[in-house]
This record gives sequence, structure tokens and C-alpha cells, in this order.
Amino acid sequence: MAIIETRSLVKTFGKIQAVRGIDLAIESGEIFGLLGPNGAGKTTTIGMLCTIIRPTSGQGMIAGFDVAKSPTQVRRKVGIVFQDPTLDTILTGRENLQLHARLYGIPASVRHLWIDEMLALVDLRERADDLTKTYSGGMRRRLELARGLLHRPAVLFLDEPTLGLDPQTRARTWEYIRKMAQKENTTVVLTTHYMEEAEAMCDRIGIIDAGRIIALDTPQNMIDMLGGDIVAVRAPRPPLETIRSLPYVSSLKTNNGELEITMKSAHLHLAELLSLIPQVASVEMRKPTLNDVFIKLTGRDIREDGAENNGSWVETIARYKQRGK
Amino acid sequence: MNAFHILQKELLGISAVWWREFKVFWREKSRIVSSVVQPLMWLFLFGSGIGASLSVGDVTYRDYIYPGVLTMSVIFGSVFFGLYIIWDRKLDVLKAVLVAPVSRISIFFGKVIGGCTDVLLQVAILFAFSFLFPSVNPWGIPKALLILVVTSIALVSLGLALGSLLESLEGFQVISAFLIFPLFFLSGALFPVDEKLPSWLHGLVKLNPLSYTVDGVRGALLGINTYPFLMNLGIVTFFAAAMLVLGSILFSRMK
Repeated sequence: MAIIETRSLVKTFGKIQAVRGIDLAIESGEIFGLLGPNGAGKTTTIGMLCTIIRPTSGQGMIAGFDVAKSPTQVRRKVGIVFQDPTLDTILTGRENLQLHARLYGIPASVRHLWIDEMLALVDLRERADDLTKTYSGGMRRRLELARGLLHRPAVLFLDEPTLGLDPQTRARTWEYIRKMAQKENTTVVLTTHYMEEAEAMCDRIGIIDAGRIIALDTPQNMIDMLGGDIVAVRAPRPPLETIRSLPYVSSLKTNNGELEITMKSAHLHLAELLSLIPQVASVEMRKPTLNDVFIKLTGRDIREDGAENNGSWVETIARYKQRGK
Repeated sequence: MNAFHILQKELLGISAVWWREFKVFWREKSRIVSSVVQPLMWLFLFGSGIGASLSVGDVTYRDYIYPGVLTMSVIFGSVFFGLYIIWDRKLDVLKAVLVAPVSRISIFFGKVIGGCTDVLLQVAILFAFSFLFPSVNPWGIPKALLILVVTSIALVSLGLALGSLLESLEGFQVISAFLIFPLFFLSGALFPVDEKLPSWLHGLVKLNPLSYTVDGVRGALLGINTYPFLMNLGIVTFFAAAMLVLGSILFSRMK
């Protein structure tokens, strides 16, 4: 049985439909990525699943509990790492976890043990008794991850877990996420802008645009759907018909004198392809990314909308309310 | 999960919030010091100064305002504690607490108990100075403490209620000027409430629930009171109950 299931989940703020009917089934233990531009409805969707935002209609189930009818049970089953830091900076790292443990009803007999385990997992043991206001950005993020997992949730929601971190810290944060997900067999649902990360981390990806899931598959399948690698060739007189008829070429298009060939297993067939084109001036080969998938599906670049908001719930809701007026 | 388990988890949640507030209070020692020094200045600088040319009955003015200054500490400490959640919300400190599987009401009660604890520790320190006020009867301290606890519950709830409504710290000044100071000045903390007062002022003082706290505390410590202690306690308890209801509703609706 799926650990997360939604049926035509809808959220409207005033006149604006932020989420227009999402159907999802996420299996236990999956790392699932919600990918989409700003304002696509990612944060609202996650907000509904962790009971922060009340759905307008439709149903969301987590571990068998309805998010609208049994929010307390759902809350016990989920961990959340918000996009903006929410640590109590006047408390130490350990005290933050102690507060969380009490709020989540972790029995006193195991509280210390679980806290120590989590601190070790995110390498914060030595700094555990320092005030969190002395922590670096990466350390805070790690402590938040530890906090999100402390009560051993079935599902961990991560809203842009690596936003604003430098590349090195980002890579390490992903390591921790993966390690923790494996250790407890936790289902992870995350949103991100960084497509390379989504591609590398996620078992499956849902591409969300204008409040709807427009594609749902493994990153590899999505990229394969494009028909292979992209080879860009510059040549004065390319034999278009011959190239098109090659069995491994899936599509062909020219723009300003450049020939863009989408082909399967370019590393095997590139030599043969080039031998058919006279006077090749330049060749460029690249692997397609999820961004190419997004462009193919919507005709837009995922990053086009820019970062007009940082995606926090309060701001997201406020923005929708504004537009709805 | 049965009702007992649910209750147990909610109580654990209340104690968690309380524990956090106490940690924060204890860590910010400068706040404790200033919260005690300020009332002492009122008593010794203001009280001694005015008292040089003024006394109330056979009690020195400084002794006379001792119950009023205790009440003042409770008013300011409690309302500001409640209003502090505006700041918590700005820093997103509350966010992680609000998504925990604990009802909003429990978080609210944890905050109320936490705020009362802070305020009562401040009051306890002020009581330790009571030997400097010869007219104060130390045996009246438990009664005074009782009515101050109830007052603190009322005012922390009021602060949390207002803090839930306000989005920014700008509202803070407005509340301070138009609510807290009038509540304080109109409580009779600094002057006797009798027929000598202009009638409009007398009327406003009578409408202020905190006047009954001051009267109760003054009765307990100095034996000077207008109303019987139980009547004072009853009125203040009713005020506290109303504020608890209002506060828990507004806090539950807070975004």
C-alpha cells in the first residue's frame, strides 16, 4: 500500500487555484521529488500533506490517515524540514531536540538515546551543547534534519532542503538525507529547484506546473522519453534525409545553421553519424537534463520565473491572497 | 490511542512549552535583573521621593505603593511575555512547535504557565525585599501571591491574544501606550481610590479589573482595602477565565 496517496487534491486561495487536482501515490521508502517553477504549487501541496494548509477539496492520506480529518495522527507520522530555519536559537542543539522529543511524545526512557543517535548521525555531537545561534548555515540545516527525523516519522518532508547553502554543504546535506532515509527506511518527499540534485537523489519525480502534476516517472525514464542524447553539429551541407533515416536518431531540428540531433546511445553511434556528414566544423554532445524534459512539456524553462519569493508558506499564501483580490 | 494516552501526550506537550520558556528565561539573566531593578527604582526613588512630603493614613507612601508596584511588575511582565510571540513568529521559532502533534490549546496553556512562572519568580524576588517596608505584614504574602498568580494568568493570556492578532512589532508601541499604561495608572497602584478622586477617574478605576488585584494585595499586605478579599479574588478570577477563553480562541486561529 502506498504511504502517501492523494486524490484530486485542490487548494484555492480566493480566486486563485494554487493546486488544481493532484493525484499521487508514493510508496514506502521512496525518495520522491516535486519539481517545478516558483508558484507551481509545490509548497502548497506539501503544506496540505503535513496538515499546515487545509485542502479545499479532494483527499490526502498519509499512512492511512486523512490529512483533513486526523491531523494529529498525520503529524505524528511526518517530519518536516522547512525552507527557512526554524531552530530555537536561544537553545542549544541538544535542547532543540529535547523540546521536539517532548512535543512529539517520545518516551523519556528512550529520549536521550534517540537524541544522541541523531546527533551522531549528523556529526553534531561535539557542538550539541552550544547555542544554535553560534552554528553555521550547514550545521543548522543538519540539526533540522536530525530534528525532522527524531521521532522516526514514516514520511519526511523537505522543502528546498539545500536552498541557500554553498555547493559543498549542499552535497554533504544530500549525503545525510540519503543516509538517514536508508537507516530508518523513511519515505522522503522533497521539493527543489536544483535539477541535477533531483536527478541524482530521487527515485521518482513529479513535475508540477500551474497546480498540476504534468509528468510522473523515474528521472531516467523522463530523460529517456526525450529520445536519447543531444548532439549538436555544425556543418555546411548536412545530409538531413540520410540522418533522419538512421534507426538510432529520434529527432532532428536545425536552428541557425546548427543541427540538433536527438539520438539513442550517442557514445556508440557518434562515429558512424559523423562519418556521414561532410566537412564537420564542430560537434557538441550533451546528456539531456530534467530541464529539457520540463521545456519539452511546457515550452518554458523551469528557472524562467526567477526567485520572486522564497517559497515560505506564509509568503506563498499572502501572495495568493493578493492575486485573488 | 485512548483518552488517557491523548491526555498524557497533551500534558507532555504543555510541559515541553513550559520547559522551553523556563530555559529561555533562565538564560537571559539580564532580563531578570532589569525586571527586578525597575520596580525597586519605583519603590525607592519614586516612592521615597514623593513620600518625603506625602503619606497615606499612617503608612508611608513608599510602603503604600508596594502592593501597587508588585501589581505593576505582574502587569508589564505578563503582557510583554505574551506579546513576545510576535517576535517568535517573526523568527519562525514557533513554526516548528505549531506543526507538532500537540493541540494549539495545549501550546497556549504551556505558554501561559511559562509566562506565569517567569513573572512569579520576579515577584518572589520582590517579596524578598518586603522586610524593607515596615508596614508590610509578611503573613499576608500567600494571599497576595494567590491573587497575583490569577492576575498573571489573565494578563499573559491577554498578551498572547494580542500577539496572535498582531503581525508586526509596530503594534507593540500602540498596545503599550493605549492598553498597558492605562491599565496600570487606572488600577490605583499609585494612589488611594476614594471619594477624593474626580468622579470620571473613579469610574474608570472601578471598571479596571486590575484595581481589584491592587485592592486585594493591599488588603493582604497592609490591611488597607475597599472590598473583601474574596470579592477581589472572584472578580480577578472571572477576568482570568474570560482572558483564557479569548486567548485560546485567538491563539488557535493564529496563522
